[in-house]
Amino acid sequence: MTQTQWISRVFKPVVFFLCFLPLGLLVRNFLNETLSVNPLDDITDETGTWTLRFLMITLAITPLRKMTGWNFLTRFRRMTGLFAFLHGSLHFFTYLYFDKFFEWGEIAADIEKRRFILVGFTALSLMVPLTLTSWDRMIRWMGGKRWRMLHRLVYVSAICGVIHYLWLVKADTSRPLTYGAILLFLLGFRLWDAFKPKPATKKPLSTETARPA
Amino acid sequence: MRSYRIPAIPSSEITPEETYVNRRQFIRAAAAMGIGMAANHALPSVVRAQDRWPQGKKGPYDTDEKVSTLQEITTYNNFYEFGTDKADPAKNSGAFKPKPWTVRVEGEVKKPASYALEDLLKGQTIEDRIYRFRCVEGWSMVIPWRGFQLSTLIKRLEPTSKAKYVAFETIMRPAEMIGQRRPYLTWPYVEGLRMDEAMHPLTLMVTGLYGKELPNQNGAPLRLISPWKYGFKGIKSIVKIRFVEKEPPTTWNIAAPDEYGFYSNVNPDVDHPRWSQKSERRIGEFLKRKTLPFNGYADQVAHLYSGMDLKRNY
Repeated sequence: MTQTQWISRVFKPVVFFLCFLPLGLLVRNFLNETLSVNPLDDITDETGTWTLRFLMITLAITPLRKMTGWNFLTRFRRMTGLFAFLHGSLHFFTYLYFDKFFEWGEIAADIEKRRFILVGFTALSLMVPLTLTSWDRMIRWMGGKRWRMLHRLVYVSAICGVIHYLWLVKADTSRPLTYGAILLFLLGFRLWDAFKPKPATKKPLSTETARPA
Repeated sequence: MRSYRIPAIPSSEITPEETYVNRRQFIRAAAAMGIGMAANHALPSVVRAQDRWPQGKKGPYDTDEKVSTLQEITTYNNFYEFGTDKADPAKNSGAFKPKPWTVRVEGEVKKPASYALEDLLKGQTIEDRIYRFRCVEGWSMVIPWRGFQLSTLIKRLEPTSKAKYVAFETIMRPAEMIGQRRPYLTWPYVEGLRMDEAMHPLTLMVTGLYGKELPNQNGAPLRLISPWKYGFKGIKSIVKIRFVEKEPPTTWNIAAPDEYGFYSNVNPDVDHPRWSQKSERRIGEFLKRKTLPFNGYADQVAHLYSGMDLKRNY
């Protein structure tokens, strides 16, 4: 098998299965009643946490690729990104249903009044255009450059997600700050990478710009 | 041909009556709880079935609402001294030693002293009270507390005329309370009540629940309960009671003054800045209930606050 075949036939299904594990465990624990006595809150917490985790994993792919030279990692980026959106959507759904029972007036007031809801809602909303343009034909249709520009929104989404977490905890900020530190590193790496002094030797054409991501 | 002999059953093989009766109860309870519950690995459903407080209003202060299970009351706690997750207090409080226990009484009082807990309890009428419990986070339970009215203790301690407030303090024991090793709140935890709140017959010094001694995760061996206030006012593992002239500092108010006031009476009309207080989820229920003013104790306590702007004095 070629590397491409290995990736699409073996690694992708394996990674896909792994990405479904947290959700599978959550459903199993819910059915087995091994969550806390307030399982609806647990589901909200878990789906929210995994949204952040999948965002961090997605944002870690480019730095990891640049540090290791493992270019194949990019081929998993769409999958982990879509899993972030899936968990974010479920998280929002639990809020709409378990917390607000689809009382739209209340929900609108909540989003307007409470900054942690607003910033969380923003984080999820920003993921919608990214999800809609996640398929290959869209990249071709939009052009690689514009597509990449649009998908930089994921940085804003992740920042909003971390702020959402930070603003909702009661006293112990250690966990949201941990996510903040990871995000700072991942975004900082990109900044450093963009502005680092270029090697003096003249390259014929940067591989980076020659190929669409 | 050998004749048939009835096999003799050794007496050790005979099941004592209480054992098989228990077994029947076990099976009946398991069947009643249904297959879904029987699949529960965390706690056998039978344990839950047995740990149901007998329903029914016994005293004038009791609610007749469905009492929460012992499992609900003892596995879902906010007791940051043992960690910030709801499961942490049950998990991390095993090494905590609530005996022996001393309570220091000081301030504007005629008999300042350190009391052994047993001495403090001497002469107190210990009773069971079924109260609603509303957490500021938006969930609630119904809990059969065991304890005595704080008012009887205060009368015995004879505060002076200068005593306008009662301040309480939780024990400081970072070796046994892992949460105290991290400064997400200022330790030790402190709380307080105005004297008339402390003297109100609903206010309890709690020493137990479900007819048993208070579990560590619920604030052993001595905690406060004022059922018309949010749960965090019910300071746990109390080692100090101080009578003071001025409103004492309280931990959550220090942490976030715009979110938690000194009074912290349950009030559906005053939202927490970050979430609505209009409704609550009773643990074990899917739909939310409407939160009642003063947690349903308005008839008994609303007069304490007449003339006060409850939106400002939250």
